Order: sequence, then C-alpha cells, then structure tokens
Amino acid sequence: MTTLDWARLISKDRPGSRVLAILLIAIVAGLLFAPFALTGAKAISICVKIMIFAVLAASFDLLLGYTGIVSFAHTVFFGIGAYGVGIALTRLGASWTSLAAGILTAILLSILLALVIGLFSLRVRAIFFSMITLALSAAAQTLATQLSGLTGGEDGLVFRLPPGLMPNARLLDSKLLGLTIDGKVLCYYLILAMSVTFVLAMLRIVNSPFGRVLLAIRDNEFRAEAIGYPVFVFRTLSNVAAAVFACTSGVMLSLWLRYAGPDASLSFEIMLDILMIVIIGGVGTIYGSVVGATAFLIAQGYLQDLLKASSAASHILPGIDQVLSPDRWMLWLGLLFILAVYYFPAGLVGVLRRPAGKLNAKGGRPAKDRFIMIYRWMGRAR
Amino acid sequence: MSRSDLTPLALLPVLMGCAYLAIGNPIAWLTLTIAGVAMGMIIFTIASGMTIVFGLMDVLNFGQGVFITIGAYLSATVFAALSGHLVSPDPGEAGLVILLAIAAAVVGAGLSGLIFERLLVEPVYGDHLMQILVTTGGLIVGEEIIKIIWGVQQVNVTLPPFLSGAVVIADVAIERYRIFAFMVGALVFLSQYLVFTRTKTGLLIRAGVHDREMVEALGYGVRRLFVATFVAGCALAGLGGVMWGLYQQTLVPQIGSQMNVLVFIVIIIGGLGSTGGALLGAILVGVCANYASFIEPKVALFSNIALMTMILLWRPNGLYPASARS
Repeated sequence: MTTLDWARLISKDRPGSRVLAILLIAIVAGLLFAPFALTGAKAISICVKIMIFAVLAASFDLLLGYTGIVSFAHTVFFGIGAYGVGIALTRLGASWTSLAAGILTAILLSILLALVIGLFSLRVRAIFFSMITLALSAAAQTLATQLSGLTGGEDGLVFRLPPGLMPNARLLDSKLLGLTIDGKVLCYYLILAMSVTFVLAMLRIVNSPFGRVLLAIRDNEFRAEAIGYPVFVFRTLSNVAAAVFACTSGVMLSLWLRYAGPDASLSFEIMLDILMIVIIGGVGTIYGSVVGATAFLIAQGYLQDLLKASSAASHILPGIDQVLSPDRWMLWLGLLFILAVYYFPAGLVGVLRRPAGKLNAKGGRPAKDRFIMIYRWMGRAR
Repeated sequence: MSRSDLTPLALLPVLMGCAYLAIGNPIAWLTLTIAGVAMGMIIFTIASGMTIVFGLMDVLNFGQGVFITIGAYLSATVFAALSGHLVSPDPGEAGLVILLAIAAAVVGAGLSGLIFERLLVEPVYGDHLMQILVTTGGLIVGEEIIKIIWGVQQVNVTLPPFLSGAVVIADVAIERYRIFAFMVGALVFLSQYLVFTRTKTGLLIRAGVHDREMVEALGYGVRRLFVATFVAGCALAGLGGVMWGLYQQTLVPQIGSQMNVLVFIVIIIGGLGSTGGALLGAILVGVCANYASFIEPKVALFSNIALMTMILLWRPNGLYPASARS
C-alpha cells in the first residue's frame, strides 16, 4: 500500500450514507482530540466509555445481528477481561509482564468458556443458548462476590498499572497544546488505539466469507445447513470471537478505571446497556455499535443528571419524585429499550442508510411493513 | 412424556444415593432430601406453567420472574394487613389468611400476565429473538415498578404458628412448612394432570404442544387457548412466589429474577413443553441444591449448572422433550 487504502481499512464495508460517514469521522476525530478540548473528568470518562462500549457492543452484535443468537453471558467475558487484568496486577505486581500475563490468561479463559458454552447450548436450539447464558451470568456474579480472596468480593479490586500508565508519570517535560502528557493521557490513547483496531477487526470478520456464512445462518438456518455449512460449528466460532472481543473490552475498562468490581463489569445493568446500544445503533451493522455507544452514553451521562434535577423539582407531587428518581434509571432504560425494539428496530444506521425517497413516504410505514423490516433485520432464531 | 421411557426417573435415586455416600449421616441426608423435594415442588409450580406456554406457542417468557415477585409481594401485603389474624394460634383463622394471600397473588399475577401478554408478547409471536429482547425489557420495567410500589428495602414475612416449627418423626425433624409446600406442589401437579387428561381443554393443550398446526387445521383457535395458558402460567408463578416468599421469609425485588434462573435450568433439564419433565427436573434441582449447600456452600449455585450440563450431555433436548418441533 503506497497510499493509505481506506476502502481496505474498512473492509470495503462502506457506511452507505453520507451522514453516517460524516458522523463516524466526527466521532473518531472527537475522541482523538477530546483530551485537548475537554477539561472535565466526567466528559473524558464518557469518551473512554464510548471507546470501550463500542467494542463491547460490536462484539455483541456479532452474535445478535450477524449470527442471530442472544447471549446474556456477554458481561461474563467483559468481567473476565476486567478481573484478569486486575488479579494479575494485584498478585504479580504492577509491571508490563504481569499485565500481559493477565490479558493472555483472560483471553484463553474466555475462549475456553465460550467453547464450552457453545458446545452445550448451541447444539440443539438457539433458545437454549439464551437460557443457559442467563444462568451463567447469574453464577458469575455470585462467583465474583463469593471468591473474595481473589476478586475482592463486593468491593472489587483497586490496583496500580505499570508505572508508565499511572497519572503521575510525566512523559514529556513541556506541555503539548496546553495539555500535560502524563500516563493517563497515554492510557487514553492506548485505549483509543485498541478500540479502533478491534472495531476494524470486527468489520473484517463480518465482511469475510466467514461473516457471510453467519448472515446466511441468521437469515435461514435450515438452508445454510443444507448448502453444507455446519451451523453449530459456525455459531460456536462466532461465540468464541465475540467472547474474545468482549474480554479485550474488559481489559480496556480495567486499564482506565484501575479497578475491577462486580457492578462495573458483571451487573445486569451493563448487559442492558449493551442491548440498548446495539438496538439504538442498528442491529447487524458494526458501525451501529459505534454510533449507538456514542449516542447512548452521552445521553446516559446527562439524562441521569436531568432525572436528578426533575426529581428534585417534582417534590410537590407525592409519588412522582419516586418515578423520576435517578435510582429508577433502569425503569426508563427498560421502557426505552422495549420501545426501541418495537419501533426502531433498524436503529440509527438503518434509518441513515434508508434510501432518501422512502424517508418521505406519506404517513409513515404501515405496521405490517415494519414487522417485515424487523424480520429482515433480526432474522429468525429457529 | 412417553410412557415407555423411564430411564430418566432413575436419576433421582442415583443422585440421592451419591449424596448419601458423600454426606454419610442418614438424619442430615433425610432432612436435606425433604428440604430439597419441598424446594423442588415450589420451583415446579412456577416452571410447569412456563414450560407449557413454551410448548404451546413457542413463546419463551424471560419476564416470568416479575410474576413471581408480584405474587410474593401481594401476599406480603395481605399478611401485613391481616397480621393480627395471621399469628392467631387457630389454624383455621391463619389458614384463611394464607388462602386469601394466595388468592390475591394468583389473581394479581394472572391479571398482570394478561396485560403483559397483550402489550409485549402478542406482537412478537414466532420470533424468539424479539421475544427474548422484549420480555427481558418487560422484566426490568416490571421489577422497577415493583420497587416504586413496595420500595427497595427487604420485606420480612412471618410464618403463622401452625406452619412454623417442625414435627419430629423417628429422630428426623421435618419443618411443617416444607410439608405444606410439598402438598401445595403436589396439588398443583395433580390438578394439572387432571386438567390435561380429563378435560377437552387439556387435550387441546397437549395436542397443541405436540403439533400446533394440526390442531389449528382441525378448527380450534390455539391463540385463545394460548392466552388462557399464558395467564394460568403467570398465576402459577404468582402462587410459586407466595410459596417461595414464605420459604425464604424475606423478600427483595430481585427475588423473581433470581428464581427465574433456577426455573430456566429446570425447564431445560425437563425438556421444553413437558410437565412431567419439569417435575422431575425441579426435584432434581431442589435436592441437588440442598445437598451441595450442605457439602460445599460455595459451589451451591454451580451444582445446578453442573447438573444441567451433565444432563444435556446425555440428552441434548432435555429429559422429556414434548414438542414435535425441534
């Protein structure tokens, strides 16, 4: 490649809409310059969350959007990554070798676990997979809190990163564009690099022949099997791939927070966040996870503040403050999720990719059309 | 459940025998077994409705946990309102309170089930992915609504005098409540058995589970039958919630989603759509959980997953898959 070949970089999976392309470029550029432009700790932490959840949601989309199965154990792999780094750095000391050892162990463990889950639950029918992964995620939460000697129990683990990544490390003597280049900034760009690499890697996977087979399985399992693709093997492999990427996003989380705990990585709330991001962004489009993560996490970061304010303002009406309380965030999230699944199944990317003529169709689309669209997007999990 | 296939039944004595060898103390073993069977009967109450709903219409309700919680909390409200009568030493008076609580739970869970079906499940018939997503959303919203109504703090439930304490039979202390739970579970199984084998509705349900298209082709509206079954399943989950709440004696809003996990394991073990399988699966899970928590408390939750894994290795469809669809 003499010049940078953009089409190959995104695996020839073009955004398919000018607005989407501009949006994606804006997101990447925004994340690239955020440490220079934004000062608040909250804004930066939202940026990092976007990078982490873009990978996590895209890996979930490998399953939901490309393979047509719903896993509730995605947080388990996220947690394995987070705890893998955490446990290695607390046990073996804060060095680069122990970081590498933790990441490798976590990835190996994820591959093994994903294989075992696939072998047991994907053999018969896809719905077993959802039920078994749900049981497993409950078990993982219990395990993480029970094994307090290893995982720190409910409190989790607070640990130190290798010296170069700690906030007190000075990498440049002078300021660069008004920003002190310390370990925290290095960590930010490390996570950004990982995030971009992994999202591009997933684009590569879904646009490979392997990804096409996954799509065929999603759309018609029976036909895919008849053509000669072993559905069970492909689903299991897709599960393994998704697990590895989820695990690496857990690693990214640990690097940033310098903390691994059950609520930060294993809770059902995270699972719902992932589902929300994938649905909002657009199922079956890796780009959707990036756009969805950005939209959702910015909204989440500031809507909770809004809820807090409106709850404080609504004390006159008894009961209403209960409903608007920030503790009831999950209520609104759940309602939003159901509405999104019903009325917004194609997500942001789907809306942006729709031909311009159809957008202006009179009076919106009839319900029947909507469901045909849902079927097309989600496939049928029989 | 095919009549000739009795091999899975042997699992129960095998499991009990292994546990006996591991525990070594006959009295402890018997107490654990009885506790396990009682727990199994409560799980069965919830699982039976769910497995039939799945078998009949291919609808898997991830939100079933909400109805367990609704049942448990409604009964707690009744107990709190009538606490004076509940603690009465007269079994008749306290029993009436329990019956009232069960009635409130069953009606409340059934009605909310009807709303749930209409709003969430009906638009997504025939599509598992959508069902899983939408009913999971329903579970979360339901749990939050319960938190708004009853608060997040844990609620204590006290057993009436005639159900607390234990009876001692030949050195083995059996808690009265476990006998009660067993009897309620047995009653549920018996009445289901009678409905399925002695009534036309039951016949249609069984036929629908086996082959829905054929029943529809014969001119029966499976859809209406299904709504009735769904509501009955939710009502049963409510009943199970009452029983589980009394068993635990403390309620938290997450009680339903915790129970959901056990119920799923039971349904997978038993085979989707099979009541008999659900009964066997529930008792297996109940005793296994009790043995495991006695032998090594930390592995208690994993014991059920291990049990499920081993059974799926042996029979990938579960013990008694009832549905003709695969």
